[in-house]
Amino acid sequence: MTDNNPLMNKSVRDFLAEAEEIVEHLGSELADLADSADSGDINPDLLNSIFRGAHSLKGLAGMFGFTGISELSHNMENLLDWLRLGKLKLDTAVIAVLLESHDVLLSLVRSLSEGDAGGYDGKVAACVSRINACLGKPSLDAPQASPLDVLGLSEQVLKSLTEYEEHRLLENLSRGKNIYSVHATLDLATFDQELARISDAIKTCGEIISTLPSMSSNLETNIDFDILAGSDLAFEEFSQATRHDNVTLTLLRGGTQPPAPPAPAVPDTARPVPESPESPESAETPAPPAVQATAPDSSAAGTPLPSAKSISRTVRVDIGKLDELMNIVGELVLAHSSIAALAERLRRDRFSQLAVELGKSAKVLERKLTDLQKGVMDIRMIPVGQLYEKMSRIVRTISREQGKKVELLFYGADTELDKLIVEDISDPMMHIIRNAIDHGIESPEKRLAAGKNEKGVIKISSYQKGNHVVIEVEDDGGGIDVEKVKARAFQKGFVQDPNAVSDKEALEFIFLPGFSTTDQVSEVSGRGVGMDVVRNNIAAISGMVDIETTPGLGTRFIITLPITLAIIKSLIISCAGRTYALPVTSVLESLILTGADLKTVERREVTQLRETTLPLLRLEEFLCLNRPTERPAEFYAVVVGVAEKRLGIVVDELLGQQDIVIKSLGEGLRRFPGIAGAADLGDQRTILVLDVGGIINDTMRSGS
Amino acid sequence: MALRAMLVSIVESLGDFRIVEAANGFEALRLLPRERVDLIFTDINMPDINGLELISYLRNNPNYQSIPVVIISTEGSQSDIEKGRMLGANDYIVKPFESSDLENIIAKYLGDRQG
Repeated sequence: MTDNNPLMNKSVRDFLAEAEEIVEHLGSELADLADSADSGDINPDLLNSIFRGAHSLKGLAGMFGFTGISELSHNMENLLDWLRLGKLKLDTAVIAVLLESHDVLLSLVRSLSEGDAGGYDGKVAACVSRINACLGKPSLDAPQASPLDVLGLSEQVLKSLTEYEEHRLLENLSRGKNIYSVHATLDLATFDQELARISDAIKTCGEIISTLPSMSSNLETNIDFDILAGSDLAFEEFSQATRHDNVTLTLLRGGTQPPAPPAPAVPDTARPVPESPESPESAETPAPPAVQATAPDSSAAGTPLPSAKSISRTVRVDIGKLDELMNIVGELVLAHSSIAALAERLRRDRFSQLAVELGKSAKVLERKLTDLQKGVMDIRMIPVGQLYEKMSRIVRTISREQGKKVELLFYGADTELDKLIVEDISDPMMHIIRNAIDHGIESPEKRLAAGKNEKGVIKISSYQKGNHVVIEVEDDGGGIDVEKVKARAFQKGFVQDPNAVSDKEALEFIFLPGFSTTDQVSEVSGRGVGMDVVRNNIAAISGMVDIETTPGLGTRFIITLPITLAIIKSLIISCAGRTYALPVTSVLESLILTGADLKTVERREVTQLRETTLPLLRLEEFLCLNRPTERPAEFYAVVVGVAEKRLGIVVDELLGQQDIVIKSLGEGLRRFPGIAGAADLGDQRTILVLDVGGIINDTMRSGS
Repeated sequence: MALRAMLVSIVESLGDFRIVEAANGFEALRLLPRERVDLIFTDINMPDINGLELISYLRNNPNYQSIPVVIISTEGSQSDIEKGRMLGANDYIVKPFESSDLENIIAKYLGDRQG
């Protein structure tokens, strides 16, 4: 990234920096790929990763209108897609094209960031046409062929694969396994024992994908089977392992890189042609593809057969559609609640068989609804690992800028979170990480002087904790200087007496607007976003952020997030004649209290909860409600907690639990503290949903 | 297994039919040459050979080609059901099914043989 062109705006510079990084990364991965192509063992994950790199570069460049980069990376992506799906063999020619395209990309990106974009059109066009030559067709919309086509499976076999079997087959293919067709002619009377023997033999060295019975030449006494199996073993070894009297074996497709010398020999000599002796029945035989079976060797794979069948097992869906679906599910849940309530009333009213049956049906409906809800929720879930990739790029850029050495460690990449939450947490996390490198990790010299490894470590870990997902960002830097924070807070007028503030409370100051301990704003962290924005952004998705720090050893940011925002279980409470919902995920327990249980400490109401003192908050005071009647003598405190903080919210009554769908109050009321939204109770009543994180933050802040 | 028992008891209650049960695909393949079958019910997900493979086999074997086949499957396996239909299954019913569903199927395929 260079700054010598003042006309280039910042986002374009950011793009070019990121593009350069992707291209550099592509380069090292392509080099690995070239190495592995030489050795004949291609890692499908590596290929996939290169494909993804080209894909994201294309997307980025397209957004910024860099047509050259976008066109070239788009074509590379196509080529890589074919390689990835096994439709094209990775040979030296293809590698050369990929490496050359990469060179052009790299110099294109570099000269763009130097403000000079001219003279590349010809090079890009040349690369594109070479890529298209590899793809066999200059047309941009090449027909999508199924990767299964390379197997030359008969229509009959293809049609008889269940979705799962098809998936397994694709999986085996993508792992570069050899796919074998094992044809067995067995006696009708004893075929199951025989087949079990054959199956067991295959299972010792591979996976059985499907078993298709087919008609034997003598259909009164025999039955044939075609077993599809995936295995690492080469033809000879596999046929040794599965040796059986009545079995013929066909190698449908070698792994992505079949060992060069034996490959041509096997099909010609060792491979029997299974179905041809049965040609009289071949019209009836479900698997007669002797011709097809020999066709798809590596040379033919370059010109795949066109097929209308789609390849991908995934569907991209606009998250808005899922939201809509979730809303409908939520409303169904409410509709169910009212049916269940009716059934219950009917049963209490006058016991009747009909009422019991209605109750039963409502139960069945409830179970199915729960499944549906879970299903829709699952679709929204994506692994946190997707964030990690993004973070590692940022860490590399910043540490290079700062001249610091940083190693990034990831844990719990499989932890799943709602897609929207993952998106919304990305910016705050990015900022926390920037902070960690900027303020946390010391320079290599300082670290060596302190007896640490000169390479700093940032550890990002995520794990599920009850109904929350916790993401921790931990650095092994110098820690936060609490005294400096206190002094700064005093200087800024946030606190009257810095000595009266505990260390833990002092750390909270970092999240206040306008707080910054560095004297000079650095290029990285000081981009106008403070930790207050980080906290607000996290709070907007009902999350909390906490800091722990140890001087000299490092700082840990703990972000606690709900797993999903869509449907939540809530506790319905009433206070001063009004009804509210509290998300159950933040409710720890509830207590019955009388006036005698209350104490006042430092002008705040508290109560004793086992060994600790629990601060209390009267909901009516928080929401400024007028109480029409006397306060009841016995009331409840709902103990809520997010992260490490606890608060007892004092209410009149607990009305029960219910699933609710939180709906936004709209822009106008969005900033109202303590209210997360509104929800429909299913009996035509709409109530407000309290935002526990917001209430806790607000109370703790005003209380200190 | 419970489903098969239920299926059997419902079909029994619908008329005087002789019912042959096969616990899995292999058993079905073994039973077929020995029985004269007028209607076949099959699940899709079975441990040894799957229902689609069974249907494919039946439809390609002149001895069984014309026996009506009804898929019994769970909701959500629409694409498998579709494949079954393409392979030549005559009908399908979705679990959980009602006895009236079976009644309709039996009337449709065995109507003239009932009772």
